[in-house]
Amino acid sequence: MLVTDGTRARRSGLRELWDSSIGKKIAVAVSGGILVGYVVLHMLGNLNSLYGPGNGDARVDDYAHWLRTFGEPLLPYGFVLWAVRVLLLAALVVHVTGIVQLRARSRAARGGHPARRIGRSFSAATTIVTGSLLLAFIVFHILQFTTLTIDVTPLHEGAVYANLYNAFQKWYFVLLYVLAVGSLGFHLRHGVWSAVQTLGFDSPEKNQAIRRTAGALAVFVVVGFVLVPVLFWTGALSAPDVANTQASITVVAR
Amino acid sequence: MNFTLQIWRQDRPGDSGRYETIEAHEIDAEASFLEMLDQVNERLIAQGSRAVAFDSDCREGICGACSLTIDGLPHGPQQVTTCQTYMRDFRDGQTIRVEPFRNNAFPVMRDLVTDRGALDRIIQSGGYISTSTGPQPEPNAMPVSPEVQTTAMDAAICIGCGACVAACPNGAAMLFTGAKVTHLNSLPQGQAERGDRVRSMVHQMDAEGFGGCTNFGECSLACPQEISIDVIGTLNREYRKAVRDEKKASKKMVAQ
Amino acid sequence: MSSTFTLDAKIPAGPIEGKWNSWLDAHRLVGPRNRASHTVIVVGTGLAGASAAASLAAQGYRVKSFCFQDSARRAHSIAAQGGINAAKDYANEGDSIRRLFVDTIRGGDFRAREANVWRLAELSANIVDQAVAQGVPFNREYGGQLATRSFGGVLVQRTFYSRGQTGQQLLLGAYSALQHQVASGNAKIYNRHEMLDVVTVDGEARGIIARNLVTGELERHAADAVVLASGGYTNVYYLSTNAMNSNVTAAWRAHKRGALMANPCYTQIHPTCIPQSGEYQSKLTLMSESLRNDGRVWVPRRGRDSRPPAQIPEAERYYFLEERYPAFGNLVPRDVASRAAKIVCDEGLGVGGTGRGVYLDFRDAIDTVGRATVQGKYGNLFDMYHRITAEDPYETPMMIYPAPHYAMGGLWVDYELQTTIDGLFAVGEANFSDHGANRLGASAMMQCLADGYFIVPHTVTNHIARRGGIVDDRHEAFERTEQEVQDRIARLINVNGTTAPQVIHRELGNVMLDKCGMSRTAEGLTEAIERIHQIRDEFWNDVRVDGRADELNQSLELAGRVADFIELAEVMCLDALKREESAGGHFREEHQTPDGEALRDDDRFASVTAWEYGGEGGMPVAHEEPLEFENVKLATRSYK
Repeated sequence: MLVTDGTRARRSGLRELWDSSIGKKIAVAVSGGILVGYVVLHMLGNLNSLYGPGNGDARVDDYAHWLRTFGEPLLPYGFVLWAVRVLLLAALVVHVTGIVQLRARSRAARGGHPARRIGRSFSAATTIVTGSLLLAFIVFHILQFTTLTIDVTPLHEGAVYANLYNAFQKWYFVLLYVLAVGSLGFHLRHGVWSAVQTLGFDSPEKNQAIRRTAGALAVFVVVGFVLVPVLFWTGALSAPDVANTQASITVVAR
Repeated sequence: MNFTLQIWRQDRPGDSGRYETIEAHEIDAEASFLEMLDQVNERLIAQGSRAVAFDSDCREGICGACSLTIDGLPHGPQQVTTCQTYMRDFRDGQTIRVEPFRNNAFPVMRDLVTDRGALDRIIQSGGYISTSTGPQPEPNAMPVSPEVQTTAMDAAICIGCGACVAACPNGAAMLFTGAKVTHLNSLPQGQAERGDRVRSMVHQMDAEGFGGCTNFGECSLACPQEISIDVIGTLNREYRKAVRDEKKASKKMVAQ
Repeated sequence: MSSTFTLDAKIPAGPIEGKWNSWLDAHRLVGPRNRASHTVIVVGTGLAGASAAASLAAQGYRVKSFCFQDSARRAHSIAAQGGINAAKDYANEGDSIRRLFVDTIRGGDFRAREANVWRLAELSANIVDQAVAQGVPFNREYGGQLATRSFGGVLVQRTFYSRGQTGQQLLLGAYSALQHQVASGNAKIYNRHEMLDVVTVDGEARGIIARNLVTGELERHAADAVVLASGGYTNVYYLSTNAMNSNVTAAWRAHKRGALMANPCYTQIHPTCIPQSGEYQSKLTLMSESLRNDGRVWVPRRGRDSRPPAQIPEAERYYFLEERYPAFGNLVPRDVASRAAKIVCDEGLGVGGTGRGVYLDFRDAIDTVGRATVQGKYGNLFDMYHRITAEDPYETPMMIYPAPHYAMGGLWVDYELQTTIDGLFAVGEANFSDHGANRLGASAMMQCLADGYFIVPHTVTNHIARRGGIVDDRHEAFERTEQEVQDRIARLINVNGTTAPQVIHRELGNVMLDKCGMSRTAEGLTEAIERIHQIRDEFWNDVRVDGRADELNQSLELAGRVADFIELAEVMCLDALKREESAGGHFREEHQTPDGEALRDDDRFASVTAWEYGGEGGMPVAHEEPLEFENVKLATRSYK
């Protein structure tokens, strides 16, 4: 027997969005978009490493310094960096919370009978897996290069180039970073295209192009990220000028 | 042809079901899958056993009553309804697993029979144009280009079977809902209720407990009418705009 | 049994053009505030039922809508393909209400009621307007105007269509209108409910007994009026183009409570269906009649010609419709086309494994207008044919053979669509309808929607204003009727024999198709009645219903329906035997012209035969309603 109360939904704004499955996905898409934007900038920033160690003053170290002094003297030291970090954290929380809740809905809807795979792509089928890997990786990555907590290899505050060089002399770090970036690639390939669809910017005529763009963006980001560890490992990027580096910072003794 | 069937048997809603192995012997290759089940049932009854309950009606692929999952595929291996799936599509001697369409919003009533009333309730929440019987304007006073008609019709051909839901790893009903929203919101007659329609239908879809789309595309591959996943993009777009416009409108009201 | 009926059709006086308006002007009304206190039951949610339920609910009545399907949207109207007629003359061919009226009367071989058919033609244009307003996506021309095409039996293009799925789109329009009323609280849908009896109090319909098909519970539903929209009975032939679950039960139970059954022998055998391929087959699939617009029907001139069709030269092809009927060619009405196909197959010219098939060839159409155009018009039908037969109709001609499709006969109704039970109305295919002895293509949907949207809402109002009133469902009549239904179910289960109900159904179908199908003889019909009696005995001695009454039990549902089909079959044969003439779909071999066309006998049979139930074991009683033709001249149909 069919029953409805006959009333139409009458809530509006963000509350309605967050409460509905589509609205929640819009939140996931928008927060994902912020994260994608950051990832692209991060990747481009990383490419500063390719200028090499310089004369004891690696370009990537200058870049890192510039990120902190950006906006001075109008803004205090590190302000922009922290603002971005807050924004990213918020985006990540929204993205992950949204997905966790949507995932719970989906599992409940299937009622213990998972669907057989008919034609979903590898990247689509593994979005949750790649996302979870990425989340774990991000924590590790921050602990390693931002807070310098995980110091398996010698790490020095402010000596970005040297830190990278030291870390990527170890094959397992190279492998870890390549795998993480690979996950990111698959995550983006499906995620970007899905975000466009969730926001309703797709259309039959444009979909082929949107899918290709998502794929191209994924490849672009992956290649950009992978270059750095691989070039360090292969030795294409030479060792930092040890004397200069040591002069400018405190050595963490091992 | 001979087949070994593993059929989901369940006595009543809420019971835990089980798979039962039933042999189907001497089946003609030209028989449809449902005609194969008919023969199995005829023999079960003659043997004094209980026949397998399953839904079917028109047997020409349009009513949408078929709701079998065959070897994990809603409707079966071909992208058509089960009634138009023929035994020639299977191997002689094959073991075939038959279960109902799976979704929490589609409770099993008995064996392979499910209750898909949730889809009706989504339509009740707004899948119509609010007009009642009576004098109507001359249709040709409101021309509809063949392109718009095609967009509307490509979505309107949905048979409401629910295969999209059964195929979706998220258990989403967005292809179904998207098809109806695309049909009505693309036509000039559907404009007045455009925003209300999509908001109410999405609200009801969520209330029924369906999952959300993550763009796998399985729904479209399982759809016997080959409805494009584009209708989900349309649903998303219509919904986002509707919420935005509602917000604008309520701000305006406050300002006044 | 003595007659208790005078068949008063209640046709309003005056010229035919003004009858419906004068009826509307004079009928009694129910005030808007009072309507919510009146309940109307509508049984069936096809085009007629859904449109009636939606319209009555929109007027403000409390509507209870019943369907045995899991959803109202699955009623078999959904499968109608070709289109819907409307006298709008968009093609500027001089079409008019009168022409649609004349075509329908003539197509029905002068066995329909003039006043009803005129009203149907009059309302046809409103139906298309209503559907468009609901968002039904009819095909459009480049300028955005509605497109039309032609159909069998007419010389104008008045058929509106949505690709090859017009029935689906019109039904979803009516279904959505009904869902709108459910949302507004005026209508309530009882899906998976089967009506098993009408409850009458002092000869008036006051409700129904329905079985909840999920729990098996019997439910009493009281109402001011009951509208039956339960479809046709063509599944009496077992194999037909109807849905598996289409049945006569609702109409038959009403018949046994006093509603007369009119012209039950008028059944339509549709010419363009996919031939049967095996004994296991559960239904026949219709290919839209619209295919005859461009497809040419032929057989080899030589019997048992084993060459592939493409290798048979032009001179050796017998385009039998074009040769026999040069004016209409492949577009003759359905009864004519079906019989012609049967005749050539009887002569041994049929093709296919069984010899019961004729070619429907698109070679010439593809040569003239190109494959793309043919695909645009019929693509989905070609795909369907390919899917079912594994043959590609673009390369090799389709094979078709007639199959039972539609019942022109049904419950007798007056001009107000009321049966011989006061307060019990019948609409759509369930009534004996406006199609006489043969229905033209694209007319069924027109009739269903005219009945449901525009006629029965007014005639039910008139009834409620006159005699409405609801009886408590604890009334003795409800109790008694429920008990009778209960007993009948127990009887079905207690037979506990060895044969599945579908096996007996198949036997019945074979007899009916053979003896009471496309052509009939007095001898064959007499034989059939004997066979039907044997089948009835077999059924009540040997049927096996597995499972119980208090659960979802599809065998029980089917058994009840087969029992009713068996009873109906007998009356069909009696009616066919009594009608000693050939008219439309009813072809008595004893009555034909020298060249094999149907030969009517207007002096004796220009009338409707309505059968009264004769009681358990008794003989049914025939009543006549004479048909008068004042606005169209009685003439021999000729499509030559």
